[in-house]
Amino acid sequence: MSERGIQWFRFTAPANFYDLAGRLIPWFAAVTVALFAVGLYLGLVVAPPDYQQGDSYRIIYIHVPTAWMGMFLYVLMAVYAAIGLIWRIKMADVMAKAIAPTGALFTFLSLWTGALWGRPTWGVYWVWDARLTSMLILLFLYLGYMALHAAIDDRQRASNASAVLAMVGVVNVPIIYFSVQWWNTLHQGASITVTDAPTMATIMFVTLMIMVLAAWMYSVTVVLARARVELLERERNARWVQERLEGGSK
Amino acid sequence: MADRDFRAVDLAAERGERLLFEKLEFRLSPGQLLQVSGRNGCGKTSLLRILAGLSRPTAGEVYWGDEPIRSVDGGTGTCLGYLGHQNALKEDMTAEENILIAGGLGGDRPERETVLAMLGSLGLAGYEDLPVRFLSQGQKRRVALARLLLQPRALLILDEPYAALDVQVIEVLRGAIEAHLARKGMIIITTHQAVDIDGDCRNLHLG
Amino acid sequence: MFRPLLALLRRDLTLALRRPQDALTVVGFFVVVVALFPLGIGPDPEFLRSLAPGVLWVAALLAVMLSLERLFSDDYRDGTLEQLLLVPEPMGLLVLTKIFAHWLITGLPLVLISPLLAIQLNLRPDEIAILMLALLIGTPILSLIGAIGAALTLGLRGGGVLIALLILPLYAPPLILGAGAVDAVMHGSSAQAHLSLLGAMMVFALFATPWATAAAVRIMLD
Repeated sequence: MSERGIQWFRFTAPANFYDLAGRLIPWFAAVTVALFAVGLYLGLVVAPPDYQQGDSYRIIYIHVPTAWMGMFLYVLMAVYAAIGLIWRIKMADVMAKAIAPTGALFTFLSLWTGALWGRPTWGVYWVWDARLTSMLILLFLYLGYMALHAAIDDRQRASNASAVLAMVGVVNVPIIYFSVQWWNTLHQGASITVTDAPTMATIMFVTLMIMVLAAWMYSVTVVLARARVELLERERNARWVQERLEGGSK
Repeated sequence: MADRDFRAVDLAAERGERLLFEKLEFRLSPGQLLQVSGRNGCGKTSLLRILAGLSRPTAGEVYWGDEPIRSVDGGTGTCLGYLGHQNALKEDMTAEENILIAGGLGGDRPERETVLAMLGSLGLAGYEDLPVRFLSQGQKRRVALARLLLQPRALLILDEPYAALDVQVIEVLRGAIEAHLARKGMIIITTHQAVDIDGDCRNLHLG
Repeated sequence: MFRPLLALLRRDLTLALRRPQDALTVVGFFVVVVALFPLGIGPDPEFLRSLAPGVLWVAALLAVMLSLERLFSDDYRDGTLEQLLLVPEPMGLLVLTKIFAHWLITGLPLVLISPLLAIQLNLRPDEIAILMLALLIGTPILSLIGAIGAALTLGLRGGGVLIALLILPLYAPPLILGAGAVDAVMHGSSAQAHLSLLGAMMVFALFATPWATAAAVRIMLD
């Protein structure tokens, strides 16, 4: 590879990211573990049982953060994808692709914990509640994004095409949410709805926020790690990759 | 015909992970022909698609006069015609219909007589009313060429136009190319055969 | 300005008329899917009636989705899609024209045949009228959204299955509104809210999706 300006720009920026992310990941990982430990201790031991649901409510400490992260990460993914598509910034493509599996995992976990919570609360694992249904469709959107990315061989084309899909998806998410909400109120009347506990004790709220923060830190850690791997793969012919993989023997 | 230069500035392209070419520059003035040569897989087709504005280069820009090719006033298709590996013919339609429709899409529908004359000159007299799927490879190629030559475009970009053509048709095509150059048109061509064309010919070797 | 668009519309319609089996297959699929439902859930007229809006809409949605694979793939394979990029018209308008032609060939016949199937499922005339109106507004939305998926899967192996995964989640809102409209009439209330929202969605899709589809076509041909 020559030392021309364009290549210097293209190959050095990822190298900087790679090094910086490598230095940051252990710290984020440590914070993640600490927050999860504190959050789970507070949630499972310190916080009092719910006056109606007993101990089964404790699953909200997982359910709510995963649901929030699932939705938030989709938007973040679409933003990165749009940046990558419009300004042709490869790092943004890498980030979008790296976010998708984590977002899908959180969405799946929120459905799973929702079902586990549903069993003691409603007596069934699954109800076609508006939020659960929206989350299910969100999971399909994630799967579509990842499937399209995987189906296209050319990396740049894969990034661009799935970016279009992510942007279409993010425009649709609110439309889907509101139509499902509407459908749900029309069909179910007043029977079953998932509502958070009307009054939440301070300790519960604090615990919930700690768990949300923990989920955040986990996402940052894992997404950065995945982005590093993706970078190595994309740029495997670049000099900076070879220098780093030889372990500085040069 | 053309009043502007066609320029490629600092072009680079990659396919997959592989760099096909970089720092590619040329300038084509009205009345000139550029022949792109090189072995298989060196990026000739990729280059032609970039020049036609169909794909984006990894770096650099293609200019029609001072405008980037992908944002020419009225669309890229107003200044250039492109014939790729595929003939872009509808198999269920006749040669004549194919050409008339392409003309209609391009905004300048040729007269029926002109179309028949062009098809005749390419040795397709009597085949105008046959659905294209009944034509041979070489005949289809000729229909596609007739379509391209009937669109009044300043720059013609031809990817392997001689493939599957027999000697007489090659002669006709050569005549058409020379006439286009004489009208101050421009041509960019890839071919394995040596082109023996009267006019201002340049060569660009890839790889 | 509109002459190239008219030429494209005429071309697509002519091609469809020369191969009518393509359009007929879609209608046939719609009819067969609806006919299979009673076999799966039993012949009780009241029960079938209550399921009819959902069954008809899901069947129509699947039929549209299956037909979409052909929307660009023929033009992609023979190279005419590439030439369309060189037509001096905005790609969004060309795409919209192709979608319109495709809807005339596949979507409209579904609307026209739907009363026949609705009668089989014991819907009443006023409900059938709303069903047809909802399908008339809704099937273009399905085509418009689906075109994005058709463009994004151009030239991919297993493109047909992938379209389903990409597009079906996005079909949730029109499905809810369209089937809901018929359901509302069946339960004695007005379908106006559903139909208005469906109409709004169609206008939005009409303006927004062709550009996304055009971008997708450019990307896949890049």
